[in-house]
Amino acid sequence: MMTNPNATTPQEKVDLLEDVSRPGVKAGVDLLRFTTAGSVDDGKSTLIGRLLYDSKAIFEDQLEAVERASETRGDEHVDLALLMDGLRAEREQKITIDVAYRYFATPKRKFIIADTPGHIQYTRNMVTGASTAELAIILIDARKGVVTQSRRHGFLATLLQIPHLMVAINKMDLVDYKQDVYNQIMADYKDFASKLSVQDIVFIPISALHGDNVVEKSYKMPWYDGPTLLHHLEHVNVGASRNLVDFRFPVQYVIRPNQDFRGFAGQVASGRVAVGEEVVVLPSGLQSKVKSIVTYESEPDEAIIGDSVVLTLEDEIDISRGDMIVRTRNLPQKSGQLDATLCWMSETPMNRQGAYWLQHTTRLVKTLISELNYKIDVDTMHREPTDSLALNEIGRVQLTTTQPIFYDRYQINRNTGSFILIDPYTNNTVAAGMIRGQSRQISDLIDIQAKVESDTMRKKSTDVVWESIGISREMRESKNGHKAAVLWFTGLSGSGKSTVAKKVEQFLFDRGGRTMFLDGDNVRHGLNGDLGFSEHDRQENIRRVAEVARLGFEHGNIVLCSFISPFQADRDFARSLLPQGRFFEVFVKCDIEVCKRRDPKGLYARALKGEIKNFTGISSPYEEPANPEIVFETDLHSTEEIVAQIMSILQAREII
Amino acid sequence: MNSYLRSHLIQLENEAIYVIREIAAQFERPVLLFSGGKDSIVMAHLARKAFYPGKIPFPFLHIDTGHNFPETLAFRDRLMKKLEAQLLVGYVQDSIDKGRVVEETGPNASRNGLQTVTLLDTLTEYKFEAALGGARRDEEKARAKERFFSHRDAFGQWDPKNQRPELWNLYNGRKLPNEHFRVFPLSNWTELDVWQYIYNEKIELPSLYFSHQREVIKRDGTLLAVTDIVRPQAGEMVESKIVRFRTIGDMTCTGAVESRASNMEEIIQEVASARVTERGGRADDKRSEAAMEDRKRQGYF
Repeated sequence: MMTNPNATTPQEKVDLLEDVSRPGVKAGVDLLRFTTAGSVDDGKSTLIGRLLYDSKAIFEDQLEAVERASETRGDEHVDLALLMDGLRAEREQKITIDVAYRYFATPKRKFIIADTPGHIQYTRNMVTGASTAELAIILIDARKGVVTQSRRHGFLATLLQIPHLMVAINKMDLVDYKQDVYNQIMADYKDFASKLSVQDIVFIPISALHGDNVVEKSYKMPWYDGPTLLHHLEHVNVGASRNLVDFRFPVQYVIRPNQDFRGFAGQVASGRVAVGEEVVVLPSGLQSKVKSIVTYESEPDEAIIGDSVVLTLEDEIDISRGDMIVRTRNLPQKSGQLDATLCWMSETPMNRQGAYWLQHTTRLVKTLISELNYKIDVDTMHREPTDSLALNEIGRVQLTTTQPIFYDRYQINRNTGSFILIDPYTNNTVAAGMIRGQSRQISDLIDIQAKVESDTMRKKSTDVVWESIGISREMRESKNGHKAAVLWFTGLSGSGKSTVAKKVEQFLFDRGGRTMFLDGDNVRHGLNGDLGFSEHDRQENIRRVAEVARLGFEHGNIVLCSFISPFQADRDFARSLLPQGRFFEVFVKCDIEVCKRRDPKGLYARALKGEIKNFTGISSPYEEPANPEIVFETDLHSTEEIVAQIMSILQAREII
Repeated sequence: MNSYLRSHLIQLENEAIYVIREIAAQFERPVLLFSGGKDSIVMAHLARKAFYPGKIPFPFLHIDTGHNFPETLAFRDRLMKKLEAQLLVGYVQDSIDKGRVVEETGPNASRNGLQTVTLLDTLTEYKFEAALGGARRDEEKARAKERFFSHRDAFGQWDPKNQRPELWNLYNGRKLPNEHFRVFPLSNWTELDVWQYIYNEKIELPSLYFSHQREVIKRDGTLLAVTDIVRPQAGEMVESKIVRFRTIGDMTCTGAVESRASNMEEIIQEVASARVTERGGRADDKRSEAAMEDRKRQGYF
């Protein structure tokens, strides 16, 4: 029988209780939903059995039931996998055929596991499990290495935009805990993963059967210095995939107990909203302000993604289920033509002629599949032409809905970018969809082509010599849909300036923003390659950067500059080049001891040894900004939270 | 900026309220199945929250085996009054009288299985389209694969091999006439979550959940309360013990546990360190390896 050295003691559970006994906002026990995928015999059930057992989520009577069952079957060992396989058919065939949900908790976190089967015919189950997961564990048998199914799991996990991947290389005991086996598999998988847009991936060598690196660090693999599997689950940043910026509130239900109260019940799909904010109701387009946010206990000032609340508005507006409340200055896309990825989940193949119900947020509309571009072979990721999609096939389609829907791209908003298709005759859910954007019809392209041609003709025929008409910044801004600005990130080396600035840039870029990124690495090689680190040269460095930023600004860009720029005078110079309200001094605060520990480029270590002179924070001062527009502390808050904070400031200042 | 985080209980509550509202929005005739146990009491509490400041827009339904603890019934009636909710009761005795079911005989006779027929008959009688229940996936392994929206055919049966996939938070409640749904907003809660939530929210519970002195007999390893319905058989010894109940169902099959936990803090301590599941006290699950799955296929809660 397995030993259970890591069972949570009652004392630890009491801490858990006290933590949650303060209802409402707190950072204590949070929730991680993850999914597990593996081929038959990769040891997935054993791994989950191990996690549940070691975290004390398995009880004696459950264990006894499994012992009884193993005995009846004449198995030699008590088979922990039997704990996982709930349905009779599965127990008979010893395979998992449907998504099963498991629960366990440690003093740090509660976990919900969507345990999905790994056989080829059950892609639909993996997609189901992945739809709500924030992390995917992909199990690889160390003896077999990366097989087709391991690739498929990775592909599906990224297709569904699971932010964290964990590749657990299992059965290390059967390859004598050899490092080169682990290294080879890791290299193979990384090679494959480079073709996917994986946001975060870790590799952990384990033996689920013996518990190596599952809960306890394994002394059999001293060459591995990363976290154990459970440690990673407990510490991975939850909420990384949440969209904290774009407020979307699909109305679920109207609450009207009497003539004086009209409330709109729903769950905040993304972003946040506060009392007093200007909102617009879609599709009517009527505007109002949030009068109150109502819950049973209280009327909070704000609600964030995930909160189930009731909103009331200042004005009497007719609103019903399926409408969406959003901020006036942050609108979703609206279209009846959708470009989407579909995963077909029904035994009945896609009917190209028929209509389907499309359920998106709380809205239900009819849709036709106007075009089927291709299907994707989930094993090779190759695109193939096709006439239809069958069970477990994934394809790209163009949909035409009877009424427009309000959406965001799935990549930036899982809640408003996802939908299901329902067969109107059987009422079964037949497909899961992820919106890529608005469909572009061939006719749109032809129109553009025709316009270009006619413009050229006209110019030629009238003999007008082309000259610059001087595109102003305002014209660029109006075309871009946002204003130009310079965000100047200043802070110590290692404080996280570039990390945050790049995330902000990515965020803006994903929403169609025009951006430009400048940091020491990309200017010191070329533009400022002639400069050293003397006081004069450092000043000149900043001057040139500020001028380049101004050029970018005049061309309508949101320019992100990431420089230590320790002196207030230099930063004030940059500010002086720009109109008021367009320069944002962003103070990236971080304790110097934390910066030293992070030391991404090993510079602190060298400066402390005296190898680098004039190093800010060690041998040269840093002047903290006196009145920065934005301040945040990277040692206290996650990058996602900081990005959200910056976005809300840019919104408030009407830049975006 | 810590306000961007929510504790796991708040997240579970948000999810449950969302599901309860979906029911009210997607179905014309929903009903909340109320057993008098702590899970259905939590359901009632969540339903109250989901529609506040309005009233709960659907009735409650209790299937009464006639073998309920009197404490359960008294508590039920008080709660309904407090919530201003409409209560419907389906009596297993009626099903027996009409000859729809035949009562088990013998010392272990239980009406637990008979409830299914009464339940389905009552759902049909009132044309209910969706029945909300407090079942959780952590209770039993057949329930680990249950959906939030569990589709039942015209005979009220569950087909585990043909369940609708459930993605994101998009719940498909479309159905043919005569079919219905069972809906489980507490799917993702564990027993400990429920107890912590009851504690946080200061939800009142029937006294049976707290330790008290009671005459019990031990039958097939289960401690049963001695009542008019459960009488000691030859060879069974009546003992007076300090006990409490971890679940509350029919008196014929709900086992007591020896416990001195007399308040919420002590109960949570006990649950946190328990080594047996709460259904471990239920004689009905022990009948066969797939006991629960069999009952679910037939339309059990």
